[in-house]
Amino acid sequence: MYPAIELVRASFGRYSVTGLHQGTVGLRNYARLLGLEALPAVVGNTAVWVALVVAITLVLSLGLAQLLNESFPGRRLVRWALIVPWAASLIMTSKLFVWIYDYYFGLLNHLLAAAGRAPIDWLGDDRTVMGAMIAVGVFVSLPFTTYVLLAGLQTIAGEVYEAARVDGATGWRSYRWITLPLLRPALLVATVLNLIYVFNSFPIVWTLNDRNPGFAHDTMITFMYKIAFKSALRDVGLAAALGVVNVLLILAAVLAYLRAARWREEPA
Amino acid sequence: MAGGAGLIRRAALAGAGLLAGAALLAPYAVMMLTALKPEAELRVTPPRLLPAEWRPGNFWTVLRDPEFQSWLTVSLVVAAVSTALVLVAAVPAAYHTARHRFAGRGAFLFLVLVTQMFAPTALVVGLYREFFDLGLINTYTALVAVNAAFNLAFAVWILRAFFASIPLEIEEAAAVDGCGRASALFRIVLPVARPGIVTAGIFAFIAAWNEYIVGLTLMTDASMRPLTVGITSYVTAYVQHWDLLFAASVIAIVPVVVLFALIEPYLVGGLTAGSIR
Repeated sequence: MYPAIELVRASFGRYSVTGLHQGTVGLRNYARLLGLEALPAVVGNTAVWVALVVAITLVLSLGLAQLLNESFPGRRLVRWALIVPWAASLIMTSKLFVWIYDYYFGLLNHLLAAAGRAPIDWLGDDRTVMGAMIAVGVFVSLPFTTYVLLAGLQTIAGEVYEAARVDGATGWRSYRWITLPLLRPALLVATVLNLIYVFNSFPIVWTLNDRNPGFAHDTMITFMYKIAFKSALRDVGLAAALGVVNVLLILAAVLAYLRAARWREEPA
Repeated sequence: MAGGAGLIRRAALAGAGLLAGAALLAPYAVMMLTALKPEAELRVTPPRLLPAEWRPGNFWTVLRDPEFQSWLTVSLVVAAVSTALVLVAAVPAAYHTARHRFAGRGAFLFLVLVTQMFAPTALVVGLYREFFDLGLINTYTALVAVNAAFNLAFAVWILRAFFASIPLEIEEAAAVDGCGRASALFRIVLPVARPGIVTAGIFAFIAAWNEYIVGLTLMTDASMRPLTVGITSYVTAYVQHWDLLFAASVIAIVPVVVLFALIEPYLVGGLTAGSIR
């Protein structure tokens, strides 16, 4: 817990560029934070990043989990394939995608060329860089989410579906009215943990957005890091203030989501 | 007729599975193939998928690189020591919470959620201040402590579920046979819970092995960088050894994938047992 306390304390302090504490300034760091020109864009990026990555991941994972819940030849191999993006370090996967997205030598533009389309500067163009980062974010979030949903699916007893079939519910209706409601606890866990992980995600945005100067495509986490350690600002107090805001924001988002999903604390 | 329809369905499922598997593995195939190319072949237009000349020697180049060896050492030491610390602390904590229900399950899950929110990423500025004040920047102690602290909650979460699934009767039977509480724990409960302990240990190991932002922040000395941070120096604005970067990545990823595959059977149950049902 100590780093959390230190974070709050630092957010009230003033620091030199070399990191020396120069006294407290009250709430002035928070006021300066609100005055930062880049802040609205960064907050917007964060909202788009979190909302799209979590939503797309959940939809794709529902399909994948449903697939893996069936038995078919080679299911084992698909499950192993699903493990790889999870086990691989995020920074290595991010670097890999920097290479795949490369303007001159990347595989993606090669495929575009083969299809007769003009190459795209995926990570340099303002219009595509966010989409490119979101695609990687979804890719690395799929395994964990799919496994959580798969665990949820496996707790649904087969008799429930048989009873539904007797009552004439099949296909989509059986999925909509039986699978989804019974899957709610797993969906809840998957959504909440993804909200937290995606919001806190650092390596993807850090690596894929590396070439672009300024803060135009940063999320609040990479923005905080740049303020503290990389940019001309080098301001620990200001970064700590943003860090406190980040933690409060994710706490508020999770509580709001849990409330919306009517979370009840079960007695043990 | 039903058999025919079932066959078509199985074939369709297998086809979908094949597609999904291929989509998940394709980027890593690119990684592997790029790692096997000579450097000159990285910059040909149009780019080729397969190397024209196979160069497995890239892996030897990386393994013999003294810098790579020092990053590997740091990562191994940090991951191993922090995993050991996590298990030593988490096993008794998990056993206690599984056997003595002093707090609600919901409250427990929420506590884990909160520790996830305080992920190192959110706290990295505070962490840097703390270790700066303690004079522990560029030390094993700092990185081990942070990794152990952040993997502890998750380990307790997984282990608790395993301990809870062991029937109390086993311990009672042991007590009847004259087995003390401590001896029952070591001779009965821990062996039965071994898959859970292995799962939690591998999780903690992988999390520490793959950790990036704390290593990036606390280990500013080039020789004290962990693998995840170190390998990025193969490709910077000034040097672009993509072949070596990917060879190093493959070396780092393969053992972790194997470890993960070992605990795969427990993933479905272990991950969610604390929350679902």
